[in-house]
Amino acid sequence: MTEPLVEIANLQAHYGSSHVLHGVNLTVGKGEIATIIGRNGAGKTTTLRAIMGILGKRNGSIRIRGEETIKAQSERIARLGVGYVPEERGIFASLSVADNLLLPPVVAQGGMSIEDIHALFPNLRERSRSPGTKLSGGEQQMLAIARVLRTGASILLLDEPTEGLAPAIVQRIRSAIEAVRQRGQTILLVEQNLRFALRLADRHYVMENGRVVDVIARAEVAQKMDCLQRYLGV
Amino acid sequence: MSLDQLSGQLLVGLINGSFYALLALGLSIIFGLLGIVNIAQGAFYMAGAYFSWLLLQAFGVNYWAALVLAPLAVALLGVALERTIIFRVYGPDHMSGLLLTLGLLLIIQGLFVYIFGANARPYPVPEELRGGWDLSFVFLPKYRVWTVAISIFVCLTTWFVIEKTSLGRTLRAANENPVLTRAFGVNVPALMTFGFGFGVALAGFAGVLAAPLYTVSPLMGADLIIIVFAIVVVGGLGSILGAVITSLSLGIVEGFTKVFYPQGSHMVIFVIMILVLLVKPAGLLGRER
Repeated sequence: MTEPLVEIANLQAHYGSSHVLHGVNLTVGKGEIATIIGRNGAGKTTTLRAIMGILGKRNGSIRIRGEETIKAQSERIARLGVGYVPEERGIFASLSVADNLLLPPVVAQGGMSIEDIHALFPNLRERSRSPGTKLSGGEQQMLAIARVLRTGASILLLDEPTEGLAPAIVQRIRSAIEAVRQRGQTILLVEQNLRFALRLADRHYVMENGRVVDVIARAEVAQKMDCLQRYLGV
Repeated sequence: MSLDQLSGQLLVGLINGSFYALLALGLSIIFGLLGIVNIAQGAFYMAGAYFSWLLLQAFGVNYWAALVLAPLAVALLGVALERTIIFRVYGPDHMSGLLLTLGLLLIIQGLFVYIFGANARPYPVPEELRGGWDLSFVFLPKYRVWTVAISIFVCLTTWFVIEKTSLGRTLRAANENPVLTRAFGVNVPALMTFGFGFGVALAGFAGVLAAPLYTVSPLMGADLIIIVFAIVVVGGLGSILGAVITSLSLGIVEGFTKVFYPQGSHMVIFVIMILVLLVKPAGLLGRER
């Protein structure tokens, strides 16, 4: 593996009184795409939220670029160069498409320019004056991804970017993620769409009941296909 | 009914409306950003008037400097209260914030009565704004015209900043989804403190404007804040433009009621509030939350 940018060890997390993560271990190296796969309720989204610091109670260790962030505030974590594309996309209804795009502060040099982003997602240029939530689901997803490409964040957390999207749109999201990988960015992707995950990722972390139960590298996917399908219950 | 009387009351209505607008705007910003229904806004208005009076009496600081310094002092007081006490009641339950700020209103008023006495203090109209213009059908006192003009200017500037600048974009985003806005690297708690300071500074600014018109007294904000709340309910809590437009129009409605049905002038705004609540519970320009 390349130099690790995200290192999670024995991560525990709670939602109120329920204990949802029971010791997650996971590492993502620089320039890699890693996925977290697993059934609904396995703790995938919670893991991303824990990395982002938007869960109340976390224990264990989350190191980002070597810095311990288990106690850090969410805004501090973002400033370490982590870009978050949340589940449900998190588009702001009170902001236009252009304002949604410009909202996240630049956290590091080397982010994409608005022109580059419009070249990657031409729809966003055409709709730039519409209210953010008037976009189609696919366009909202593009906007949610585009939003963190501008900021120079080098670690992207993507939570189910293909959920509920038509195949043609999924294809476009995939080429966008591939373009992002070309730029050397590191991606941790939560995905239920196994085909999508398999085509993109270097490594898959399989989660069950709040734990990582298996790690499958790209080279092992073919021989472990049965195993993978069993994990996902497909 | 003379034209004189009507235009006179129109001006009175606009002046009251200007004070309502500055207070309501502050309330809307604070509610939008912090979810706090800030009853203490009346105390910050009174504190603004007192600070300008104190600056003049104790340090010989004139009206124009007080117009900047007194709201700043009010903002500092607000920020200190927000950082030590008010932040503890953030959350989905608006009732605790309402009760807390009601308590703060009473304590701040009590402190001012204790220190300065309940007597009203006169504040002179600044020299440049004495006298007026006689337009044959109406006499326009300069100070009143100034009050209306500067209030509208401050309200429009605030609206512009919130709707059209990057600071405003971040404020609106933090208002809609504070958790995600933080996850983008914005220090939302600091933004909330700033918003509270700015919101109460608007009340303090209104207090300075009011000092030469009315007299400065510890209870001057208590009556006003009740009316301002009714106005904010009519306009829609959290709607910036709604707060300003409703304030000015209800100020004028109140002024005209004084001409046509003087007995009703103290309750006309509340009657309108009840009617609006029956027809459109979110307020005329508000969104359902």
